[in-house]
Amino acid sequence: MNDAVWVLGTSMTRFGRYPELDAVDLASRACLDALADGGVTIHDMDVMGAGTLFQAQAGMGQRIQKQIGQTGIPVFNVTNACATGATAIRTVYLAIKAGEAQMGLAVGVEQMGKMGLLRGGAKDEAKVYEPAGRYGAVAPIDGILGTETMPGVFAQAGMGYAYENDGVGFEQFAKVAYKNHLHSTLNPLAQYRKEFSMEEIMGSPVQSYPNTLLMCCPTGDGAAAAVLVSEERLRSLPTEVQKRAVKISASVLTSDPWVESGQVQPDVNTLTRNAAAQAYEAAGVGPEDLDLVELHDCFATAELIHYDNLGLCERGGAGDFIDSGAPFRDGRIPVNVSGGLISKGHPIGATGVANVYEVTTHLRGEAGDRQVEGAKVGLAHVIGLGSACGIHILEKAA
Amino acid sequence: MSDDTAGDAPVIPERLPIVDYLQLGDDPHLLANECTNCGARFFDRRNACAKCGKAEFGSARVADDAVLKSFSIVHRAAPGIPVPYVSAIVETGDGTSVRANVVGLDDPMTAELGMSLVFTTYGCGTDDNGTECVAFGYASV
Repeated sequence: MNDAVWVLGTSMTRFGRYPELDAVDLASRACLDALADGGVTIHDMDVMGAGTLFQAQAGMGQRIQKQIGQTGIPVFNVTNACATGATAIRTVYLAIKAGEAQMGLAVGVEQMGKMGLLRGGAKDEAKVYEPAGRYGAVAPIDGILGTETMPGVFAQAGMGYAYENDGVGFEQFAKVAYKNHLHSTLNPLAQYRKEFSMEEIMGSPVQSYPNTLLMCCPTGDGAAAAVLVSEERLRSLPTEVQKRAVKISASVLTSDPWVESGQVQPDVNTLTRNAAAQAYEAAGVGPEDLDLVELHDCFATAELIHYDNLGLCERGGAGDFIDSGAPFRDGRIPVNVSGGLISKGHPIGATGVANVYEVTTHLRGEAGDRQVEGAKVGLAHVIGLGSACGIHILEKAA
Repeated sequence: MSDDTAGDAPVIPERLPIVDYLQLGDDPHLLANECTNCGARFFDRRNACAKCGKAEFGSARVADDAVLKSFSIVHRAAPGIPVPYVSAIVETGDGTSVRANVVGLDDPMTAELGMSLVFTTYGCGTDDNGTECVAFGYASV
């Protein structure tokens, strides 16, 4: 069994739309760049974890190998909703931790194009009602028994928080989007890099109130990769390579435990709270020690509640937290300095690797204009409905 | 045509509930599967209880009165779904969470967290045989 596991190399493509490429191309580019970043090749890898959601049955890992090197190592093709990328990293982490590998490659990729609204079914027209499925439904229920669309589900998650806590409303949710769009102007890898005023954000077309268009992440294409290495193997590498390595102080994956309301509204809170508690315990740090956080802001309403779930603010204090400016790049705990999913983009399988890329880049002091100065500890969080939560805490080399 | 074969003609129902946990008749209501061990309620069938793991279930009528715990006013939906509508998570008087629409509001923006609601049913479509689909929702009181 190995002790610590480190990030040796990492890379991501700019998120956006690449109609001239396919997912294998995008993933291969990220892999080759991550390997080069770590000063290694595919021939140094003992294991590979490959994550994608929409091409989960396509043998993505093996298809990437055919582009970058077929060495016969085990491939774990993983899918875990929006936590798919984090799951790929954790799979490689576990293999190294278990001592079955010394070095491994994790990659996440998605090609979504202009997929538009996720989930929610069109209403059938000509038909004969026949009960079907686990609820004996005779017709599609989206839009009749509430919403199944992602902007709506996450709007309800945020409004549920607003019901229970003071100081949370449309303006606080909009501020999250204002911040992340602002942050993205400094990130050359972001899908969108445009600042919007609060008026523009609150006045953009409502998707599912309180989420307006500018409070929703776009669909898009992209890939990210990370090379992980055992402590023992790292110490055999050149000093300059060791200096750029970033320690994985915690790698956690949780699923959603039973809660009463979970069958009608996915509970994105409890599994995040559980993952955060496990991660802080494993890393021996608390939220007060974090220099930056990349969290799962698929919608503005989601980011706000995760301030609370990750312990970045007092319990119930997420509204005050955003109002205070704390999560802005120059604030007390910068959150989503990459621009977040809202503006950097959210090619689903790539997201949970891309946020590890972002934190790693800051801990190395290589984040350019968006650098959080002096960053030593960072947290990367993703959540996928269904549900799965992945958290990685990373620390700068001593 | 003999009397025997005439007796096999399918009976076309006048109305069907949109989901099987909606009970129609003179007193429409929701009916949940309830774990006999821990009381957890489920609207679909479960092989065992997601809360306690036991595998015996009874039926429980869900209370009609409710409070609006969360909502979203949906303006963008799949083609064919009328918008805007108010998607809601309500908590009934007996502590059961239900997802449905808030119905009967002249202006969806008048939905308010914490508002009192009551269970109601309404027709939401008719199939090619003339059978009406009945949905449920919650109306302001």
